[in-house]
Amino acid sequence: MSSDDTFSPTTSLTLDGNEQGFATTKVDALLGWARKYSLFAYPFVTACCGMEYMAITSPRFDLARFGAEAPRFSPRQSDLLWVVGTISQRQGPVLKRIYEQMMEPKWVFAFGTCASSGGFYDNYTTVPGIDKIIPVDVYIPGCPPRPEAVLDGLMLLQDKIARNERRPGVVKPRIDPPEQVRELVRLRRSANDPAELASRLQGPAPTEPEPK
Amino acid sequence: MSQLVLDKLKETFGAAILETHSEFGDDTAVVDPAKWKAIAQFLRDDPALDFDMPIDMCGVDYPNRLPRMEVVMHLYSLKKRHRVRLKARVGDEDMDGAELDSVVSIWAGFNWLEREVFDMSGVRFRGHPDLRRILMYPEFEGHPLQRTYPADRTQPLVSYRTEDEAGMPLNKLEPFGHDEGMPFGRLGPHPRAEDS
Repeated sequence: MSSDDTFSPTTSLTLDGNEQGFATTKVDALLGWARKYSLFAYPFVTACCGMEYMAITSPRFDLARFGAEAPRFSPRQSDLLWVVGTISQRQGPVLKRIYEQMMEPKWVFAFGTCASSGGFYDNYTTVPGIDKIIPVDVYIPGCPPRPEAVLDGLMLLQDKIARNERRPGVVKPRIDPPEQVRELVRLRRSANDPAELASRLQGPAPTEPEPK
Repeated sequence: MSQLVLDKLKETFGAAILETHSEFGDDTAVVDPAKWKAIAQFLRDDPALDFDMPIDMCGVDYPNRLPRMEVVMHLYSLKKRHRVRLKARVGDEDMDGAELDSVVSIWAGFNWLEREVFDMSGVRFRGHPDLRRILMYPEFEGHPLQRTYPADRTQPLVSYRTEDEAGMPLNKLEPFGHDEGMPFGRLGPHPRAEDS
C-alpha cells in the first residue's frame, strides 16, 4: 500500500504478497453470489418481442456484464428460461415440458405483456399469462419492453437470487421526468440553429471581434 | 374490362349466378353452391379468364341470415391481371348442409385454405384429400369463428395452476391496480362486468 496518508479511492488494489486474511460468508450467500453471475439462458422466443430480445443480446446492451450472455438451446444446460412472446394454447404443453426438463435451480422471465398476462389477446387461442402454466420469477411488462426494462428485470432477478427469494417480481415502468424530456426536446430543436445550440451547451455564443 | 368476368359467368351459368356486384371495381359473384366447382373449373380453363392463382379463401358467419355461412374465394389471373371474388352461401342454423365441393383438384393452393375454413368456420369440403384442423389442435371442440362459439371459452391443453399451488394471486400483480394495465385474460370476472 502506498505510504501516502491521504485516502484516494482506486478501482484496484496492489498486493505485495505478504497479506494474510480470510473472508466469512454463508454457504447460501456464496452459492447465490455464484449463481447470479452465471445465468445460462434458454430463449423460448415465439413472437415480436423476439426482436427486442435480439437487441438485448447484441453488444450495445452487453448482457455479458451480468454473466447472462450465453444462450443454451437445450433446457438441460440452462437455468434461466426467457419466455419471449405470446404463448398459444397449442404451445402450452411444449412450454411446460421445456420448463420441467430444466435442472434446478431454475428461473423464468415473462418477457413482455403477452407472456406476463396474455396482453391484448383475450380469446380462445392465447394463454392469459404463462404463470397459469409455470411459475414466473420476474415479469417484464412492455409491448415490447425496452432493453433498459429487461436489464432492470435481470438485475432484479440477480438480486432475488442473491437473497434466495422466490416470490415473483415485476419490473416497474420508468418515466422520464417531464422537465428533463422538455429540455431534451428544446435541445434537439435548437440543433438547427448552431448559435442557439452553443449557447445552451456552453453559455453565450462567442461573438466575432469588431474589425478595427 | 372489369365487367368481362361477371358477364362471361352470367352468360355461361345463367341462373347459377345468384347475384353480382362490382363495388369499387371488385367483381363479386354469389353463386349456387351446387355449381361451385364447375364455376371454378370454368374460371381456370376459359382462355379469356385464365384465373391461375388462388389468393385466399375464408368463411364468414352471418348468424341472422339463412343460409348462414358464406365461403369467399378470391382469384387472380397473373396473365390477364384481373381478379374475381366468388361467394357461396351454405348451412342452416345448426350448420347442417354446410358443405361445398373441394377445389383442391383445380388449384392445389387451396388445400390449406380449405382446411383453415373447415377449422375456423366448420364448413366441410367434399373431396378434400386431407380435411383436418390446421390452426387449432385436434383436441379443440367447435369452430371458433362461428358466432355461436362463446367469446370467453378457452380449451387449455394443460390445466392451469391454482392459486393454492402457486402460493400467490394469479389474477393481478403489482403494479397493476383495478383501473390500470390490461384487464384481458386475467382469471375471474372481467372488471368491466362489475361496473355494468
